[in-house]
Order: sequence, then structure tokens, then C-alpha cells
Amino acid sequence: MRRRLLPLLIYGLLAVFATLTLTPFAFLVASTVKTKADFVSTLFLPAGDGLFGVGWDRLTGENYRRIFGELHVPRALLNSCFLASVGSLLATLFSAMGGYALAKFRFPGREGIIRLVLAALIIPGPLLIAPGFQNLWRLGLLDTYAGLMLPGLAPAFGVFLFRQTMLNAVPSELIEAARIDGAGEFRIFFTLVFPLVRPMFGAFLMIMFLGIWNDYLGPQIVLQSPELYPLSTTVAMLKNLHWNDYGLVMAGTLVAIAPVMCLFLLLQREFIAGLTSGAVKG
Amino acid sequence: MKPYRPHPRGTPWVFLAPFLLLFGVFTAWPLLRSLQLAFEQTSGPQTTVFVGLKNFRYLATDPLFWQAMENTVTFTLGTVCVQVPVALGLALLLNRPDLRGRALFRLIFFAPSLIGMVFVALLFLPMLEKRTGLVNIWLHAVYPPWNLEFAWLENYAMTALILATVWVGAGFMMVFFLAALQHVPAELLEAAHIDGAGARQRFWHIVLPELRPVLGLMTLLAIVGSMQLFELSYLLLGDTGGVSNRGLSLVMYLYQTGFTTGDLGYASAIGWVLALLLMGVAMLQRHLARRAQED
Repeated sequence: MRRRLLPLLIYGLLAVFATLTLTPFAFLVASTVKTKADFVSTLFLPAGDGLFGVGWDRLTGENYRRIFGELHVPRALLNSCFLASVGSLLATLFSAMGGYALAKFRFPGREGIIRLVLAALIIPGPLLIAPGFQNLWRLGLLDTYAGLMLPGLAPAFGVFLFRQTMLNAVPSELIEAARIDGAGEFRIFFTLVFPLVRPMFGAFLMIMFLGIWNDYLGPQIVLQSPELYPLSTTVAMLKNLHWNDYGLVMAGTLVAIAPVMCLFLLLQREFIAGLTSGAVKG
Repeated sequence: MKPYRPHPRGTPWVFLAPFLLLFGVFTAWPLLRSLQLAFEQTSGPQTTVFVGLKNFRYLATDPLFWQAMENTVTFTLGTVCVQVPVALGLALLLNRPDLRGRALFRLIFFAPSLIGMVFVALLFLPMLEKRTGLVNIWLHAVYPPWNLEFAWLENYAMTALILATVWVGAGFMMVFFLAALQHVPAELLEAAHIDGAGARQRFWHIVLPELRPVLGLMTLLAIVGSMQLFELSYLLLGDTGGVSNRGLSLVMYLYQTGFTTGDLGYASAIGWVLALLLMGVAMLQRHLARRAQED
């Protein structure tokens, strides 16, 4: 008896939690295609006599038309794509390069830099808000993409992770052999070292991409011109300007999260494996 | 045999150059500056006056700062106490060897953690509304005495913030617990089973000790993340944290003093208090982890 009930209980619990997790997504998608009147009167899709008892004819594309037509959203989508892809690629590359130097080279000053990286791991982001702003103002980088991106391109966390990974994953004999064969240092890095840490590279790239895509505070502090805004600040602004038009805000929100969801669905297995490989070791 | 060819002496520095340059200009230098900034009063970035310890003295008696501190600590404790057990519970449910659809469930639970806090706030805003909000309507449906006028955003702001945070973060944490659970030696569990240990005993004496490092790390990450609460509260409750500043967090107060009031010096002082607090938590965790390892 107990043997039959237990799986039932487990699947039941999982189903309840899965429903709770998915409900906000369903709500979000449904909200974007409803009129203002239907938004307040129905939770998901409005009832009607169409297929599955849904009033399909009452749905509207108006929110999307306005999002892509009148408001700054298409421009912001491009901005976010640019910032997140270029930013994450450079941050990952610089981290991998730094980690490689600290893992596979012996040179005076190495211990000092390793200690610096370890110390930098515990610097919390908010500590840098005020002095960082002042610094960007001094350098004349406020309201520019340089000011928004450059501070994020040197993550100590990334250098640390790549160093840890490369200590074991990249055999020094292989590098020596390539050197004896006359390969240049950059060629060694890109054709020999890089393929060995590719899973790590992919996972870190994705973390950085998500971090930049979802960053709100950075653009809020650094940028002033609305045409430079990424999706985070643009969609939050939609809420302030059209606070009584939830359908519109929900459409903006969906446009902002759909790209990262699709990207993740494509890469999820590698991403989760890469993510947990460092944290969970025997 | 070919002669040994060492790398040019500058090579490691070339590889380190982008990191060192950017880190120096945009992290190390402002960090040093902030040591000075915390003892200054500013009006925007240009005018600064040295005020000595005044910022910290004012901080000690600033009611808004202490309210922000209390809110932040409450939020952190609440989040950790709900999120860690939920994540561990989900991981244990998914860890059963004969479970079907594990990959699908894992995907579903993990999905919210991809969404930025800004977008989570915007999404939860209509769901937490009084009469029309999904949360109240569902609670009313499950439990009819539930009042549809329940004011999540006005009177129960902290609960709402914790709820949204757990929705986002539980799946992320679960993935790490699940990975750690799959490293628990099966022979050990089997041996205990044969020796007559029940499911509860096996959990407390074998599984939990194996999970301890990951559990410690995840708790630390949750504390550090929650102490930096900003976007969720800022967008869900407004820039001063809603009704009687119930949702005002330390980072929100830092942002407010730095950019609404324009006093970057006072903001830096708040930043240092937060930083020291977080460093204290991190050191405590390291100490506990080390002691656990020695046992």
C-alpha cells in the first residue's frame, strides 16, 4: 500500500510546485494579448465560445503593435542585445586570459595578483555605486556605453573560476610541447587551452550575458539618454508612464524575457552542468 | 631532442593586462577613493567637503538608515529560511532514482531564475493587486475566508518581497542541491539501509552531512544576495519602499542618498557599513565551514 501511495504523493507535490512556478508565466503571456477591460475581469484568457472555451476573438495584438510601433522598445531590444553579447564575450575572454596567466605561468608578482583576485571576490557591488559614479564622472564616461560596460569587463570572480578550472583541466606538458613545436603564445591559448575549458567558457558566458541583460541599477545610474537605454530601464519606464495599462507593461516584460528564455532552452543542459561543476566537487 | 623554449617573459602580463587595467581603473581606484569619500559630504559628484566622522555619526542616529537595516535583515532572514528548505525539498523530491520527467521538472523549477529582478517586479505587480490580483483570487478560491482586499503591497510588503524572491531563486539553489545529492555515495546509503536505518535516519546521518558544504555555500550566496535587495522593492513598492518605508532596503537608501539627495559621501558611508556586514557574514561562513571540515 505505502509503496503505491508514495510515488503518487511525490508526483502530486511536484505537480503542485510546477504549477505554482509556471502560473506567473501563463499569466504574463495571457496578459499581453488582452484588452484593458479583459485584463481586470479575467485572470488568464477570457472565456468565450471559441476552441477550449476561450474567447479567441476578444484577444488583441494592440499591446504588441504599440510596443513595437510607438515606444522605444525595438531600439532597447537592440541595445540590450549589443550590450549583453559584446559585454559577456569580452568579460569571459578577459577572465579566461587572466585565469590562464595565473594558472599556467610562474612569474614574479603572481602571488600578489592571486591575493588581489581573492580579496576582490568579497567586494560587494553596492560599495562601488557612489565612488564608481564619481569615477565615471571624472573620466567623462557618464551617459556612454563605455562607462556602462567597462567596469563590468574585469570580474575577479571570473578570473578566479578560470584559474581554478585551468589548474587541473589544462596539462602543462601540452603547453610545453606546443611551445617546443614553435607555436605562438596566443595560438596556444586559442587553439589548445580554449577547447579544454569550453564548457566552463560557455557557462560563464551565459552567466555574464544574463547579468548584463537583467542589470537595472547600472543603466539607471550611468545613462541619461533614453535612446541608449536597454530593455530593463525602458520597460521599467513603461510602468511609470503607463501605470494603468498593465497589458502594455506585460508585453514589454515578455519581450524582455523571451530572448533569454529561448537562449537558455537551447543551451540548458550544458549550462546547468557547467554551473554546478565548480560548486559541487567531492 | 629539440631545445626547451621558454615563453617570452612578458607573456603572462599580456594575458593579464585587460583584467588588471580595467580592474585598476574601475574597481580598485574607486574603492580607494570611497575610503576618502565616506568622510566627505558631496552635492553631486563635483563639490566635496571633508567632514570627518560626521557621516558615520549621523548614520548611528539616522532613523531611516536603521529602518532600512531592519527591513534588509528581516528580508534576508525570511528569504533564507524559506528558500533553502524549499530548494532542498524540491531537490530531494527530484532525486528519487525511479522518477520520470526529472529533466523537465528541473527545467521548470530553474526557469524563473533567468528573469531579472526588474522584470520579476513588473510581473508580480499586477498579480499582487487587491481585488483583481491573481494571488488574492487564488487564495480566496482555495480558502474562501481569504479577504480579496488583502493589501500585499501596502501592509504585507515584506512577505510579498520574500514570496517573489523565493519564486525566482528556489530553482537555482535546487539545481546545486540536486547535483550534490547525486554525489552522495549510493553504497553508503545501501549499507545503511541493510543495517536497518530508516529513511529519516539516512537523511540526517548520511545525506545531510554530505550536503553540508553546498548547503553552507548556498546559504552564504542567499544572504549576500538578499542583503543587496534593490530592484524588486524599488519597482514593486516605489523608490522610498512604499507605505511607511516598509520595503526600504539598505541599497535603496544608499541609492536615494547618493542620487536623489546627491550626497555621494553619505552613500559611501552606507556602502561601507553594508560591505563590512557582508564581509563579516562571509568570514563567519568560512570559519564554520573550516570547523566542520576538521570534525
